[in-house]
Amino acid sequence: MNAKLERLSQILQIVFGGRLRSLTENLGEITVEVGAEDYLEVVRTLRDHAELRFEQLMDICGVDYSAYGNGETTCKPGRRFATVLHLLSLEHNWRLRVRAFSPNNDFPVLDSVCGLWASANWQEREAFDLVGIMYSGHTDLRRILTDYGFVGHPLRKDFPVSGYTEVRYDTEAGRVVYQPVTIEPRENAPRIVREAGYGEIGHV
Amino acid sequence: MSEIRNYTLNFGPQHPAAHGVLRLILELDGEVVERADPHIGFLHRGTEKLAESRTWLQSVPYMDRLDYMATMCNEHVYCLAVEKLLGIEVPERAQYIRVMFDEITRVLNHLVLIGSHAFDIGAMTMILYAFRERADLLDVYEAVSGARWHPAYYRPGGVYRDLPDSMPKYKPNRFKSESQLKQLNAAREGSMLDFLEDFFERFPKCCDDYETLLTENRIWKQRTVGIGVVSPERALAMGFSGPMLRGSGIAWDLRRKQPYEVYDRLDFDIPVGKNGDCYDRYLCRMEEMRQSTRIIRQCIDWLRKNPGSVITDNHKIAPPKREKVKSDMEELIHHFKLFSEGFHVPEGEVYATIEHPKGEFGVYAISDGANKPYRIRLRSAGFVHLAAMDEMARGHMIADVVALMGTLDVVFGDVDR
Repeated sequence: MNAKLERLSQILQIVFGGRLRSLTENLGEITVEVGAEDYLEVVRTLRDHAELRFEQLMDICGVDYSAYGNGETTCKPGRRFATVLHLLSLEHNWRLRVRAFSPNNDFPVLDSVCGLWASANWQEREAFDLVGIMYSGHTDLRRILTDYGFVGHPLRKDFPVSGYTEVRYDTEAGRVVYQPVTIEPRENAPRIVREAGYGEIGHV
Repeated sequence: MSEIRNYTLNFGPQHPAAHGVLRLILELDGEVVERADPHIGFLHRGTEKLAESRTWLQSVPYMDRLDYMATMCNEHVYCLAVEKLLGIEVPERAQYIRVMFDEITRVLNHLVLIGSHAFDIGAMTMILYAFRERADLLDVYEAVSGARWHPAYYRPGGVYRDLPDSMPKYKPNRFKSESQLKQLNAAREGSMLDFLEDFFERFPKCCDDYETLLTENRIWKQRTVGIGVVSPERALAMGFSGPMLRGSGIAWDLRRKQPYEVYDRLDFDIPVGKNGDCYDRYLCRMEEMRQSTRIIRQCIDWLRKNPGSVITDNHKIAPPKREKVKSDMEELIHHFKLFSEGFHVPEGEVYATIEHPKGEFGVYAISDGANKPYRIRLRSAGFVHLAAMDEMARGHMIADVVALMGTLDVVFGDVDR
């Protein structure tokens, strides 16, 4: 760990203490995990604290952890849907990753950070659209990337790659119609998780 | 007194100034925009979902289809993410080649941007000039990768192959005489680097030409000065990056602040705007093309002097040479495993980013140790910039929306992913 990351992790520990569920450093990046109840307060402090100063929210990413690892479902209650934030401080020139899991696997909700960074607006809409995480306090939580009237959340692991519906032009009806998808699902190279250190590559 | 109410106007999704498939719902009071609501997703192809069902290597060409005006930069970020997870080193020559092509890509992107931006607000000539130079650079893409638009040239571990010794040439046809051909092919007789050197010898003069057309042009200034002003504070809050951030006066460039590849060894300047309007952002981009020229010249010099390998020799990640595959059993197995099962990436997560021509393009990759990504998240600058459309357009005239579209530099492959 270089001196800069060392300092950042020290400041984080002093400022937040027990409110961080975990703080990990890997590949030159620091990740903190916070509980859903502390999430909004922690990111607010990250933005405003003079020694942290994360003025920019670069990215919000929703992740569905339900198929993680070698097939077995590691999906304990409240460990399925995570929201991952990538923050950037121009003043101190460092980055931070913040992860917060939504407590309910069936109806994932998390606080919205729209009030802190204007850039969160569309990014949270996207995470809602594609992963299905609700952001409470968001003023305009509409779908953004998928079609008008789309059903489902495509980036969930139980959503098939080819989807459920397809469109075609119906000459009799004279318009574009929806119908159940007719493509056979196909997998050319199966997904395999090998033992750690397979092929002698990586950081082992 | 008659009652005057706001009315809404549907702009796009098929509009020549929409730079692709943008549908914009404009709420107007007379000719003044009260609210702009961009509807996007008409070009959504689910790249993030597709990447989850492909091996790590197979996703490289998908990156080209994101921002199709700056293809090689997209590949670069993806490759950086994979390399960081794998913990492999890229040969120095490959790093220089990547930097050189990143800058060529920046020039390509800015040429299209300035050309079409000017075209949208009434300066027809610019697009013709810009595309003339663009065609030459696309020939370079073609020479190095075989494709003009979607090269898939960068690979995890380096680049696909070394720089070629020859350039594609114009062939005789009934419209071109012998002497014309000779003139056209004059710069193409040598290697690709010779051609590039010749091109970037004349390119600063081309930039001067563009500037005589636009920089002091009264109409151009009337359409861009004071339009879409973004204060530095708002630029930060709205997540701006790249020329959009620098146009607002914040000197932030990842090539300098968080250097990747060999940028810390190269000499170049970062142009910064003052007022944060469309005109300043145009000036920034113009200057960036000149600075890219400087970087490319330094890369050409280095590449001439330092031959070497351009992709890692770890055959668990990069394929072995074809001749070796034919004669060596182990290399044959490597080749087969690499292109059937693919390489396995150690468990972990990483966020890689570079200074993309449009801003900060990021790839957040999560691996659970499989031969396919668990989750790929693509952070595109265009998506974030377009989100600011509403705030920037408020209070402007409807014609200024077109100027804003140009300055935001959105490409819908990138916005919709």
